[in-house]
Amino acid sequence: QDNRISIWSVGDVGNVGLNSEYQGEPQLLCDIRHNGDVMDMQFLDQERIVVASSTGTVTVFRHHQNNQTLSVNQRWEKAHYHVDQDTSCGGAACTGVVCNNPEIVTVGEDGRINLFRADQKDAVRTIDNADSSTLHAVTFLRTTEILTVNSIGQLKIWDFRQQRNEPSQIFSLTGDRVPLHCVDRHPNQQHIVATGGQDGMLSVWDIRQGTMPVSLLNAHEAEMWEVHFHPSNPDHLFTCSEDGSLWHWDTSTDISEKPSFLHQGGRSTTYFSHNTINQSVVSAWLSNDPTKDRMEITNLIPNQTLSVNSLDVLGPCLVYGTDAEAIYVNRQLLA
Amino acid sequence: SAKQLCFAWGPAEVLVCETLFGRRGGSPSRARAGRAGRALTRCVAGTGEGEPSSSRLFVVRKDQDIYIQTLRKLFNESHGIFIGLQRSEEELAGKSRKAQLVQVSKNYRSVIRACMEDMHQAAISTRDPALHSQYSTQVSILSAMELIWNLCEILFVEAAAAGPLLLRLLDWVRLHVCDVDNMVREVLSSENPSKHELFWNVVDVFVLQGRMDEARHLLSKEASANPASVNMYKILDDLMKKMPVPSLGNTQTLTEMELKWQHWHEECQRYLQDGTFASNSHMESICKILLGDEDAILDKKELMTTWYHFLVTRLLYSHPTVKPMELRFYAQACMDLFLGGESSPEPLDTILMAAFEFEMHQVIKECSIALSNWWFVAHLTDLLDHCKLLQSHNLYFGSNMREFLLLEYASGLFSHHSLWQLGVDYFDHCPEYGRVYLELHIERIPLNTEQKALKVLRICEQRQMHEQVRSICKIMAMKALRNNRLGSALSWSIRAKDAAFATLISDRFLKDYCERGCFSDLDLIDNLGPSMLLSDRLTFLGKYREFHRLYGEKRFSEAAKLLLMLMTAHIAPCSFWMTLLTDALPLLEQKEVIFSAEQTYELMRCLEDLTAGKSDKQKFQDDDVETMKVEMLRLALARNLARVIVKEGTLEGS
Repeated sequence: QDNRISIWSVGDVGNVGLNSEYQGEPQLLCDIRHNGDVMDMQFLDQERIVVASSTGTVTVFRHHQNNQTLSVNQRWEKAHYHVDQDTSCGGAACTGVVCNNPEIVTVGEDGRINLFRADQKDAVRTIDNADSSTLHAVTFLRTTEILTVNSIGQLKIWDFRQQRNEPSQIFSLTGDRVPLHCVDRHPNQQHIVATGGQDGMLSVWDIRQGTMPVSLLNAHEAEMWEVHFHPSNPDHLFTCSEDGSLWHWDTSTDISEKPSFLHQGGRSTTYFSHNTINQSVVSAWLSNDPTKDRMEITNLIPNQTLSVNSLDVLGPCLVYGTDAEAIYVNRQLLA
Repeated sequence: SAKQLCFAWGPAEVLVCETLFGRRGGSPSRARAGRAGRALTRCVAGTGEGEPSSSRLFVVRKDQDIYIQTLRKLFNESHGIFIGLQRSEEELAGKSRKAQLVQVSKNYRSVIRACMEDMHQAAISTRDPALHSQYSTQVSILSAMELIWNLCEILFVEAAAAGPLLLRLLDWVRLHVCDVDNMVREVLSSENPSKHELFWNVVDVFVLQGRMDEARHLLSKEASANPASVNMYKILDDLMKKMPVPSLGNTQTLTEMELKWQHWHEECQRYLQDGTFASNSHMESICKILLGDEDAILDKKELMTTWYHFLVTRLLYSHPTVKPMELRFYAQACMDLFLGGESSPEPLDTILMAAFEFEMHQVIKECSIALSNWWFVAHLTDLLDHCKLLQSHNLYFGSNMREFLLLEYASGLFSHHSLWQLGVDYFDHCPEYGRVYLELHIERIPLNTEQKALKVLRICEQRQMHEQVRSICKIMAMKALRNNRLGSALSWSIRAKDAAFATLISDRFLKDYCERGCFSDLDLIDNLGPSMLLSDRLTFLGKYREFHRLYGEKRFSEAAKLLLMLMTAHIAPCSFWMTLLTDALPLLEQKEVIFSAEQTYELMRCLEDLTAGKSDKQKFQDDDVETMKVEMLRLALARNLARVIVKEGTLEGS
């Protein structure tokens, strides 16, 4: 197997003009060999990338921008492992990684949670057997708290300030304990969390209240692999799935908000204040009434074939990768 | 001494080694391999005397091409085109369907070209000579594939009729015979093209390829440099300008074109015979070419480089309205003339000849032999099948040629650790054997991560392959169990709805509890939800944990009720009853009375059922602890009964 970590350049992001219909293909800048499948990765800072491997190793790569090379900066070999050495050579896949410079949290198939610091050789904290099932994804809730999702449909909050190895809170799905594969927190409103399940269902949780999701939205026809709130426009959410589709969930649309040539001049001030009041009080994501706040859902992939495994979104850019070994870049996302 | 081979099949490979099986003694050969190797060493144990057998183990792999990095784009992109074709509108008939199929064919070709480009880049950027030669070989193979495909597109898919046929063939030649491109570029970019030594070669190339405008443009440069022969140039230029060509639209019929062409041909003939070009040998030969003179054209062999170029040039200048079915005669003749007996036809030549002869099956057969991978023939045959051009040519084991080739191609994909996903879709579109092949192949994909297992499971579930779902879930659950990931194991058994495995897991939990006195993985047991109902044992586990919770919360009467229910409703397995009764002890010993009379009678009955079930021998073997437990229970129950009878008999309020 020849797996690689690669860095590509997709040209100038801000340069979206009239004649930029065809902006050229992404250019490969550099790559480096990686041992095992890449299960997850995230930028730690401008230069460093943390990568989770199926062998249970977590590696930090550094991208040297002056000569366009990649090198290994730090490596934690047995971050995740099974106790029985015979079966899988001891290694258990590391399934998720999340960074908050300089801290790195990883979770894996061994149900273990690791807290690393980028410059330290040993783990700062390890919670063994944090979960009896596989932990599929992790994200930061606050600087000292993380959220994990597992394969028996539970969302757990862990507080690193507490010394005991127990979650501070456990949330579960109603009904069948369908495995949850991905989790993301609203960028501004920290109590809103979205998770995606094996049945393709999108669940939105309010972690201030209750132990069950606020809304369940029937989305994809197969596993939802990743869910992401847009970091600067959190009214937009993106999900991708094994069924080959990538959905854009847009709660920012509202009939009265659609600008038309009739709305001019003085009206715009009332238009904005009405908007901001609404937004700060109740987020559209927590709304129980789907008819009140309209949600627009679009599938961004015209001819879907194989699974969309991963996506990321920043500003006007959306990038996603499929099982057909192709990467797609959309640079005019919210135009 | 006769040597033999012994072998073991793997999912994608065969392990082979030499042996002298059957004779005693000697040293067994040492083979270094995994599980399959162990099977092999058993059979080589009886190796012969004398020379020791080779200590090497060979891995024989079926399909090497799928491991070439640069070809992956070809496989992935063509998969997308293939799926699009299968899903395309079958209702479209006639011209629009044909246009659609031609577009599909063009898409395939552009993928081949893109791959060629990548391969070429790889070849020139690598420093390793071995790699360079490998890449270069690949480039020429891809180029040949595109050449063949293009011809098949013209003759079979588009089925160009007389007239447009020649134009398409001209395009084909121009696109693929590029050996002369460098020369052309050199002359055109020089300061004074007409003085370049290769000037006339380039003009000849243009004429041979029917690129009249470009030829005339070059000639005009020569004309301005040579005012003395202006007349000659004018005439030649005129002839070239007036040459009738078949049109793509409906502006003229074939007969009209033929007539015009006849007149033009005669005019050229007259000029030649008048000796107009006698003073300039170059221009004279051009005129002869225009007249379709075989020798004159053959003279320019090096500029044409291939016999099919020669064929098209000849047709252009002698039979521009050639019909598709007439091609075969010209093709054979031209190939013989061009090769002239010095060289024999290469595989590529045979394939192209078969195409000109409209022998589709022959083309496919020859390509299958010549190429190392099924990709080309599988996709081409599928496309031709969609054009309804292949008769249902039944092979002796039942499926037709299209299906056979697709099955072979997809099977090759399955031996790759990642490309197997493409193979699934190909099997889906093989109506007869696709499903069986898929069932057999999908169980053999190595599942090294849970995510991969999930993908495989999803594929099986979508196709209602329940056996495979059960089997894969069992494998994953077993792995999880061995790694002590009870939650994961349960999650897999829930997915497969495997009650037996859920029972196994619950027994594990209960065993842990009995050994340690407390539950492990409370987060799992406390949150079973509806999955509790998957198996009785699992339900018991959940309810038992609930009992402990109720007890911990001091909700004793509810706990008592639950405990009793677990026994009377036979949710608890008999082996656990003793533990449950022992758990009842603290409830019986509480200050306030918890169990009612009814309940106490029930408990006593349970205890008696339990002890009555044991044979005398067992009672004798029971150690003191056991007998003491039973005694204590009997005592506690009796005491409770006494208290509760009094309590229930007493009037309230007193």
